[in-house]
Amino acid sequence: MDPVAAKYIGAGIACIGMGGAGVGVGIIFGNYLAAALRNPSAAQGQFGNLIFGFAITEALGIFSLLIALLLLFAL
Amino acid sequence: MADPIHQFEIHNIVSFGQIGGHEIALTNSALYMAITVVGIAALLVGASASRALVPGRMQSVAELTYEFVADTIQSTAGTEGMKFFPFVFTIFTFILFANVIGLVPYSFTVTSHIIITAMLALLVFFTVVIYGFWRHGLHFFKLFVPRGVPVYILPMIVAIEVLSFLSRPVSHSIRLFANMLAGHITLKVFAGFVTLLGAWGIAGWFGATIPLALVVVLTALELLVAFLQAYVFAILTCIYLNDAIHPGH
Repeated sequence: MDPVAAKYIGAGIACIGMGGAGVGVGIIFGNYLAAALRNPSAAQGQFGNLIFGFAITEALGIFSLLIALLLLFAL
Repeated sequence: MADPIHQFEIHNIVSFGQIGGHEIALTNSALYMAITVVGIAALLVGASASRALVPGRMQSVAELTYEFVADTIQSTAGTEGMKFFPFVFTIFTFILFANVIGLVPYSFTVTSHIIITAMLALLVFFTVVIYGFWRHGLHFFKLFVPRGVPVYILPMIVAIEVLSFLSRPVSHSIRLFANMLAGHITLKVFAGFVTLLGAWGIAGWFGATIPLALVVVLTALELLVAFLQAYVFAILTCIYLNDAIHPGH
């Protein structure tokens, strides 16, 4: 296979990993919203934890984006 | 189509000659960092100049920023974490201003370069390690040994904890850098669609309104991301500092 074509295909495959992060971030915000609607008075106190969980989950998706960017521009 | 990566190029503005084979120059990155710092200083000095008992508009902005960061530190690292307030406040405002200034068309995003975010993350990492050892000595290693874990799985847990501790600066820096990079590339790619469709004549102009509207929406989203990523960087800094202040979970 043409190495350049393989590089582009690899970058595309690497981006599939971001779907997992999308599911994870959706679960985090969905569960936060569900809990916040049950007990709105406690919601504000958990906002920091929400953002922390979001950041940790998002990092994994960002790693796969990074692999795609490395394949496209750095290698 | 225009190159979406072109906006991240670093070029010299004024060159001061060479020292030891390395060129010493004022680059656009350094210029925008200076603009960021001057902007923050102007806002805070200007806002606190009058020191009114009932704050005006500018003074409210400065006071709200102060209270926001102070609340974040106190809720994640406790009152003892307040001794790191200047550090966290500096990091938060620097990243926030750099992100927002980077959204202005034709400007340069300082935080879209891995070297800048990596230095910030390493600064946080070494602050945590040095303060942890200075404050707790060898008890700092309790950070890697969670309480109440059965002995037979302890070696594996400790290995995982050490690995996750060491990978912190990597994820801390890459999160900010990749978010900024990806967001700005997306904006430029959609802006490229506008000119591409606009070149097709009348029918293309109608078609071009769709990506143009998307660019507007994406810019609003990027403004949210610019704030959110500054907040995420600051809150992670607080959480890591909390490990240095209170190790042993």
